[in-house]
Amino acid sequence: MPFSQILVETDPPIGIIRLNRPKVFNALNFELLRELVEALEAFDKDDRIRATVLTGNDDAFSAGADIKELSEATPVELIQRNQFALWDRLKKTAKPIVGAISGHALGGGCELAMNCDIIVASETAKFGQPEINIGIMPGAGGTQRLTRTIGKFRAMEMILTGQPITAREAEKHGLVNKIVPVEAYFEEAKKLAMQIAQKAPVATRLAKEAVLKAFETPLEEGLQFERRNFYLLFSTQDMKEGMKAFTEKRPPQFKGR
Amino acid sequence: MGYETVLVEKKDQITRITLNRPASLNSFNDKMGEEFYSALKDAERDKDTRCLIITGAGRAFSAGEDVSGLKERYTGDSHPSLGDHLRKKYHPMILRIRSMEKPVIARINGIAAGSGASIALACDIRIASEEAGLKQAFIGVGLVPDSGSSYFLTRTLGPGRALELIMTGRTVGAKEAETLGLVNQVVPAAELDEAVNSTAEKLASGPTKALGLSKRIVNQVSSRELSEALEYEAQNQDIAGKTQDHLEAVRAFLEKRKPKFSGN
Repeated sequence: MPFSQILVETDPPIGIIRLNRPKVFNALNFELLRELVEALEAFDKDDRIRATVLTGNDDAFSAGADIKELSEATPVELIQRNQFALWDRLKKTAKPIVGAISGHALGGGCELAMNCDIIVASETAKFGQPEINIGIMPGAGGTQRLTRTIGKFRAMEMILTGQPITAREAEKHGLVNKIVPVEAYFEEAKKLAMQIAQKAPVATRLAKEAVLKAFETPLEEGLQFERRNFYLLFSTQDMKEGMKAFTEKRPPQFKGR
Repeated sequence: MGYETVLVEKKDQITRITLNRPASLNSFNDKMGEEFYSALKDAERDKDTRCLIITGAGRAFSAGEDVSGLKERYTGDSHPSLGDHLRKKYHPMILRIRSMEKPVIARINGIAAGSGASIALACDIRIASEEAGLKQAFIGVGLVPDSGSSYFLTRTLGPGRALELIMTGRTVGAKEAETLGLVNQVVPAAELDEAVNSTAEKLASGPTKALGLSKRIVNQVSSRELSEALEYEAQNQDIAGKTQDHLEAVRAFLEKRKPKFSGN
């Protein structure tokens, strides 16, 4: 697949996607998002790939939407362009995504980071929703995901003042899993992805789905959903292999079946 | 480099920034604040600078904030926000000195008072002339320590001694400062350059990345649990272990010779 806005690498069992518009701090234009979604969907279908690392570069994960694409847009054009349909597809990515985030993760960049399942940040990372500074507000999930992640009051402050937070603050508030030096964030994210990729693929997929369900449902419904996925895993060969390996005290050989 | 109030010289990968308003004891007017900060930024970005020296021209290191500007600031009804002044002028320079991942030496040639002392304390290594002194001048004008001096003093001396110096505002002579651990080395004025230059030369020909990472670790660990500090050291050791200078040191060891560090 020829991509122009991202770099895609397969290093089975993991896939690596780098946002690649360094001159504009990886601003998210329509084309980049389209390519990103296509690459993630391709990984979902690729049996060799069991987890993905999504990253930018040391200076920027992504500084947000491409303002040039937006500044002249009318509401009708935005509706016709329907770029949020791409975000809806992004949300449906089935395999785990580890975000390797350094530098700016602002606006759409912060929202994209929050679409990851686990976030490893460099010490230099900065997270923010600065849309308010240009007279708009987050539009790709920022008001919802940030609030569910760091709570109403901190989310309000970030969204209403536009003031970004440092990696350390983000870690303290639960927006990132781990902070490491800038020289090491990508390798650390790869290590985590590799660790996840050793697990039974159907199990990681259904577990991810169940965790994300927590944002969508009341507790009772979520528990029922979890239970069905749990039962479902007892139909897999990997479940039998996992339990057998455990009793035989050897590492399991998962096949994704 | 075209600055009016600071002098920047570079030789053998050592950059020396001299606060250069000797007639006012190198006190910081706003212009010198801006130019000093800009010179710091340049030195940090300059890949060919592997050690930085900060010093003062004439008989003082720096007398701190320039009080000649006070008259204008306090006329009329408006009362200036000192906090905003600090945030804008001093915080960026103190943070820059602490976060810059290369060695910074304070060449304390004379009195370092108020925010001038803070700048000296923010450096990694302090070498002072016998005639130098450090003074927490704030209380004398009814103010509190700023620009990081409470932080640096408390960490170096503990709260008891820090408060003594802050509350009395007395000048600590170079010898006493050395005993207290506030400066690393004291030499006669005539030998100051030799002492500073020999340390700077050693650092500038050292493994710059490892020196920078060491500074990063020391900056971080004092506010962490031992288990976290151990992990942080390990993460940065991984990085240092991949530098050319480390590989060169290993080779030199095996070949029984002195390593030649490139800074990479």
